[in-house]
Amino acid sequence: MESTHMILATVWFLLWGVLWAVYFILDGFDLGVGTLMPFLAKNEADKRMMYNTTGPFWDGNEVWLISAGGVTFAAFPLAYAQMFSGLYTALMLLLFSLILRGVSFELRSKVDSDGWKKIWDACQFLGSLLPSVLLGVAFANIFQGLPLDETGLNQANLFQLLNPYGLAGGVLFTAMFVTHGALWLAIRATGEIRERGINVATRMWPALVVLTVLFLAYSAVATQLFGNYFKNPLLFAVLFIPVGGLVLMRVYMGAAKWWFAWGASCAYIGGTALFGVIGLFPAIIPSNPNPGNSLTIMNSASSPLTLKIMLGVALVFVPIVILYQIWAYKTFAHPVKDEDMLY
Amino acid sequence: MDALMLSRLQFAAATAFHFIFVPLTLGLSVLIACMETAFVRTGKEVYRRMAQFWGKLFLVNFALGVVTGITLEFQFGTNWAGYSAYVGDIFGSLLAIEATAAFFLESTFIGVWHFGWNRLSPRAHMIAAWCVAGASNLSAVWIIIANGFMQNPLGYVLRNGRAELDDFMAVVTNPFAWQQFMHTILGGFCVAAFFVLGISAWHLYRKSEADFFGRSFRLGATLAVVASVLIATQGHWHGNHVAELQPAKLAAMESHWETQKGAPMYLLQIPGEDGNKLEALPIPGLLSLLAFNDPGAEVVGLNDIPEDQRPPVVITFLSFRGMVGIGTVMILLAGFAWLRRNNIENYPWFLKILPFAIPLPYLAMQFGWAVAEVGRQPWIVYGLMKTSQAVSRVTAGQVAFSLIVMSALYTLLGIAGIWLMVRIAKQGPVEGH
Repeated sequence: MESTHMILATVWFLLWGVLWAVYFILDGFDLGVGTLMPFLAKNEADKRMMYNTTGPFWDGNEVWLISAGGVTFAAFPLAYAQMFSGLYTALMLLLFSLILRGVSFELRSKVDSDGWKKIWDACQFLGSLLPSVLLGVAFANIFQGLPLDETGLNQANLFQLLNPYGLAGGVLFTAMFVTHGALWLAIRATGEIRERGINVATRMWPALVVLTVLFLAYSAVATQLFGNYFKNPLLFAVLFIPVGGLVLMRVYMGAAKWWFAWGASCAYIGGTALFGVIGLFPAIIPSNPNPGNSLTIMNSASSPLTLKIMLGVALVFVPIVILYQIWAYKTFAHPVKDEDMLY
Repeated sequence: MDALMLSRLQFAAATAFHFIFVPLTLGLSVLIACMETAFVRTGKEVYRRMAQFWGKLFLVNFALGVVTGITLEFQFGTNWAGYSAYVGDIFGSLLAIEATAAFFLESTFIGVWHFGWNRLSPRAHMIAAWCVAGASNLSAVWIIIANGFMQNPLGYVLRNGRAELDDFMAVVTNPFAWQQFMHTILGGFCVAAFFVLGISAWHLYRKSEADFFGRSFRLGATLAVVASVLIATQGHWHGNHVAELQPAKLAAMESHWETQKGAPMYLLQIPGEDGNKLEALPIPGLLSLLAFNDPGAEVVGLNDIPEDQRPPVVITFLSFRGMVGIGTVMILLAGFAWLRRNNIENYPWFLKILPFAIPLPYLAMQFGWAVAEVGRQPWIVYGLMKTSQAVSRVTAGQVAFSLIVMSALYTLLGIAGIWLMVRIAKQGPVEGH
């Protein structure tokens, strides 16, 4: 692969990682709130409060998933084809959960009937929990490597994905998102739901520390993720982002600075994702047990022209997207009041 | 059934279902933005209430459109991995651009719009409405440019065993895609216009909120007449394009078998997959005239197209006739509604008919997509890649499982969503949300 092509592919690999990280940060908190719903909400008012804390944002957040998928498709088409067909059933389950969750926001509030609402509450909960688990399982399996053979055909099925390391990823993601969502409740909810959110975040923190340490240790055994880090020890500096985020989270929680604590949680989630992505490089989907069959940025990247045009598009539009999303977050950052209860 | 056939069924079902909700989004978003603009300009409360009432229907519809759209992006990878790997360089980048440039805008501002009634000034809220409307239609631009590549591939070279981008401008300015885009957008406007007309007529017949629904009716009637006449005119040019670039599709649309100059159109025709079962009452030269604007032009027949490159004839033929027939009825209804828009309450029989006309443009759009997509078969990318080469190497069982779950899920969602929209529509404007 010639050098400009290689540089372009590397840039896109990093952007690919950043997109997934941003997606986990943003959708992470609304998935977390949805997962907490049956545990924290005692009555209809509580539920509505929880729905409305994420109401204005969840849709815009989910587009980061579409973009992360779209960028995989555009920049690394072969990896997209293998990843999506190889993880067929898991992705279908993810898709169905996201569908049910998405409509639950809009449909639930439109009919005043307990039965109707119960159906959509169940969809909201499962549609939040399942994606958290499935994304964790999927990424842990990618970190570990999928059984690619020389034809590239990936024969992984759902049950092979549920191996111990994959499940560890599912647990870690769910814990991260739940804590992230609980912190969001501390920011936007009012009354008892806010208190319960604070309570969950405080109790989840030590668990998160333990899970993170265990996951890192498990990764050292079960994956090649640390290879790049040992080759180039400077990279270990990346670990400061998730670790620093985790520590600061506790500090700000103690000081009751909830926006800062949530921001630290963003750094923790984003940093964790980046740690994994950097460990993968230059593979996108490593092959295990035959590393020779891995899908790498070299063998799966798009043409230099496509990568260049896409880079131009990204440089123009992504900053604009970030600006108006920040504006939207600022417009609806206030704690939820009665007049904000639209769902 | 094998994974290929199941995947085709699954994709057809997923697209058709997605396409129940998308067209309304295209047109209704624009109508709502117009209502908000009228509110900002005149300060009349009725326009704000109109935007809120139609907006409520919009939101339910939008939710179903968005979630079913994700399915399509997923399916290219899950079910059509061969396709994704072969044309991802071009097709994938168009989808990624759509997400970055349009879908983000739409999804962020739909939240702002929905939750912003008490938080934004009327002017800022109006801008949010226009962002949603502009972004919905911009989404369609990119998606249809992507589909246009499948219909009329341009701007690529075959290299490294796949189609790689060679000329981005050629891809983006693909004339076939832009004709398709115009046709789709106008179709979306027809759907929205008849939706507003039908619901307004229902209320006008019952004399509820005469001012509110009278204004809505006039807005709907104007859009209906403009969009339904334009789409027929533009459809003719689009047909010329198809005749020129996709002769096999044209031949299937008309079940035209013998290559001939001055090809006739038959008033009575029963199509079959290997020749017409009946051809009677020919109008000489009409097919040549419609296809090439020249009654003497030569039209290629299916007999001169190798059998393995012929699209399914009966579906394509019937879908095309369904689309055109319904389009004609729509023009008549829209014309009458527009001519009598100021005293429509004097025509209760017409008000009674209109709610039943709501499904017409929906059906026309489904038929239209069937013509476009079934008529392109057996190619997934016209002349470049066959659908059978595009399918993932997944097992039939996996696809069958997801097809069954998806169909069940979509059926339930469809019933719930449509039931809810009917309920909201009948309830009429109520304060609050």
